[in-house]
Amino acid sequence: MAQTNPKQADAAIGLEGGPAVAATRRAMLAEFWHYFRQNRGAVIGLFIFTTIVIIAILAPVLAPHSPSMQNRGALLVPPVWEAGGTWQYVLGTDAIGRDILSRLLYGARFSLFIGLVVVTLSVTVGVTIGVFAGYFRGVIDVAVMRLMDVILAFPSLLLALVLVAILGPGLMNAMIAIALVLQPHFVRLTRAAVMSEKGRDYVTAARVAGAGRFRLMFKTILPNCTAPLIVQATLSFSTAILDAAALGFLGMGAQPPTPEWGTMLAEAREFILRAWWVVTFPGLAILITVLAINLVGDGLRDALDPKLKRS
Amino acid sequence: MALLEIENLTVEFDTSGGTLRAVDGVSLSVEAGEVLAIVGESGSGKSVSMLAVMGLLPWTATVKADRMTFQGRDILNLSPSDRRRIVGKDISMIFQEPVASLNPCFTVGFQIEETLKTHTDLDRKARRQRAVELFHSVGLPDPERRLGSFPHQMSGGQCQRVMIAIALACGPKLLIADEPTTALDVTIQKQILDLLLDLQAKTGMGLILITHDMAVVAETADRVIVQYMGRQMEEADVLTLFESPKHAYTKALLSALPENATGDRLPTVADFDLENTPSTGGA
Amino acid sequence: MSETVLETRDIVRDYHIGGGLFGKTQTIHAVKGVSLTLEKGKTLAIVGESGCGKSTLARMITMIDAPTAGELLIDGEKVDIAKKGLTSALRRKVQIVFQNPYGSLNPRQKIGDVLMEPLIINSDVPAAERRDRAMQMLTKVGLAPEHFNRYPHMFSGGQRQRIAIARALMLNPRLLVLDEPVSALDLSVQAQVLNLLADLQEEFGLTYVFISHDLSVVRYIADEVMVMYFGEAVEYGTRDQVFADPKHDYTKTLFAATPRADVESIRKRLAKRAA
Repeated sequence: MAQTNPKQADAAIGLEGGPAVAATRRAMLAEFWHYFRQNRGAVIGLFIFTTIVIIAILAPVLAPHSPSMQNRGALLVPPVWEAGGTWQYVLGTDAIGRDILSRLLYGARFSLFIGLVVVTLSVTVGVTIGVFAGYFRGVIDVAVMRLMDVILAFPSLLLALVLVAILGPGLMNAMIAIALVLQPHFVRLTRAAVMSEKGRDYVTAARVAGAGRFRLMFKTILPNCTAPLIVQATLSFSTAILDAAALGFLGMGAQPPTPEWGTMLAEAREFILRAWWVVTFPGLAILITVLAINLVGDGLRDALDPKLKRS
Repeated sequence: MALLEIENLTVEFDTSGGTLRAVDGVSLSVEAGEVLAIVGESGSGKSVSMLAVMGLLPWTATVKADRMTFQGRDILNLSPSDRRRIVGKDISMIFQEPVASLNPCFTVGFQIEETLKTHTDLDRKARRQRAVELFHSVGLPDPERRLGSFPHQMSGGQCQRVMIAIALACGPKLLIADEPTTALDVTIQKQILDLLLDLQAKTGMGLILITHDMAVVAETADRVIVQYMGRQMEEADVLTLFESPKHAYTKALLSALPENATGDRLPTVADFDLENTPSTGGA
Repeated sequence: MSETVLETRDIVRDYHIGGGLFGKTQTIHAVKGVSLTLEKGKTLAIVGESGCGKSTLARMITMIDAPTAGELLIDGEKVDIAKKGLTSALRRKVQIVFQNPYGSLNPRQKIGDVLMEPLIINSDVPAAERRDRAMQMLTKVGLAPEHFNRYPHMFSGGQRQRIAIARALMLNPRLLVLDEPVSALDLSVQAQVLNLLADLQEEFGLTYVFISHDLSVVRYIADEVMVMYFGEAVEYGTRDQVFADPKHDYTKTLFAATPRADVESIRKRLAKRAA
């Protein structure tokens, strides 16, 4: 609905532009979809990812049990197709009798939440720092970039571990740590893009029109740097989920009884040999989600590659 | 017998938006020792038709012609290996961006000797000597030392001289120059054009000069073909073309030249009625 | 009666190229002391080859870069952006049009926004009036109102250059710096844009600084001509003076190198070739 209002306003002043804008936007979307569709893996990835989002939203409706309800009478029940499995627990139960399927469905919520928060955090901070470094260059640039180099020089998981050790374990702190580890990539990408765009004539033209620094940085230059950032954000989304799971597995992320996939793995560590399903299914969930998002990221890279469509 | 003969050449590109006809029924012939200028604005298909002759078009292009011969030999349906034997040896081409046309990773000496290695059976020493001769003939000072230079160490004019030397390495019978001076300054342009004409007169090769600049045409060509939107508008010898242009588009182009301005406004192509004048193309 | 819009006195611009941490910094003198005065409604053409400093001079006159030394006066008022910065009133007096019409428009900005941006930044004109003014300017440069909501990639080179000119005129400048505005355009489009510039100059009483390397264009459009060579103005005078009687060797070389498209010179060349 919000889309139609400006259009009507245009029509009111006697402009024929309103429908034209909508048509342009539609044409741009169609073009994007045309390129995106070329990559079959990306479409499959997008389909899986959409399914995961729907599952996460509908988890309370879909889950047959509560994720934290324990059933003392059904410890380590195998999945339904194994000997001793029941339809009551389709994917079996864990060591304290919780339904694995329900926990996985609820776990999707945590994974998406982690991805979203981490990416938002690292994109906001990283892009802002990157724009400043790329625009002002000089001392600010050198200082910022050396700091980023230091962060990048650490193995990322190790650094995240150290940070969590300082901040204290917990999902929120784990997310902050991961965001901090991921944002140098955004700083570098943004800085490079800003530096190459800054010399273009349209930026000088905006300066001559009287645009101030902040307008130049965020309104003139930044919108022209988005394509590589979207791709990087998508890929970071999956890295965030993976890192969060790793931290969870090491006991530094989400704390039990949270049905987070990495934490589920950690809890099941000692039963790996006796009950394969307690580790396999959370592992598969992580694998499929990360793979789907990476496939979408590759598709975006192809569709947004500036070399393919120079205007 | 003409050196290069083309009859009714059509080039079409397959794009996502359908077929695009870049060249539409162009016919031309070049004699040995002749300078033919093909003039037109961007999108007139002047470069595409010559790239078709060289076989350098991407796979999305479909080339059709009633006849396309070089020294009486059909070059339209040539196998790639036969084509390579002609292209680069008997027909050479130089391009608009001299610095971009040279490989930045190798010395210019290596690049010219590579061409000689492919097309001649000279040994290493003879190749070296030939390279020095060629550099000397295109007016590069201190050729022995220049052979060891990388493209980025030379100016645009010098790079174009190297490109010409490479193009001339195997003594071509036809040289196609695609906007050879557009990227260069006026004084350098003059030097390069003089060099091309001088070499052409010495070797007696045919020269096709693709350009958008009417003044360059006036200074160099014997015969001129005017192209517009892929079609051939007019073909005439240079004096006739400038004295009494027949086609409305040619007239428009000539009067749009600032030096021919009479009042305080320039006539533009839009002021001429292009539709009702028959084109000479394909005749 | 004659008002001086632009004056420079021994204006100099040096660039320092840093040799990194260890190398020595090198100083390049891009413009070595150029003085000029330009009256209202006149066109000054600055001619020279690539690297002669003409674009650097243009950037100083447009107040994008500050001169290293010398004075810049606009409307008799001394400008010193390095120390005092730039007021909006001064900003509005000088605008620029760039050579490459493909690089000078923001690909993510609609044409309407391109035209209205200068007004948003520099004035408090209400939105409806901004729109009207942008629309008027659009028709004035030969485009149609329905182009208002389109993106730059939907336009040809000549149309983009018209948009760039329209943007420059939105603030009613006194002085327009044209940095090779037609050299990226086809001949027929070039004629249209030159005509448009002539029309606009008449209508708004604009003063032009026209940077070019094409002598035939300069001869057509300029009142005064300055020839630059390695950062120096080697020739400066009225058009007729410079073209009729070039003093400096470089100017003579430049004139001799410029190809001519008249029938007489073709005849002469053909006769020479036949001989």
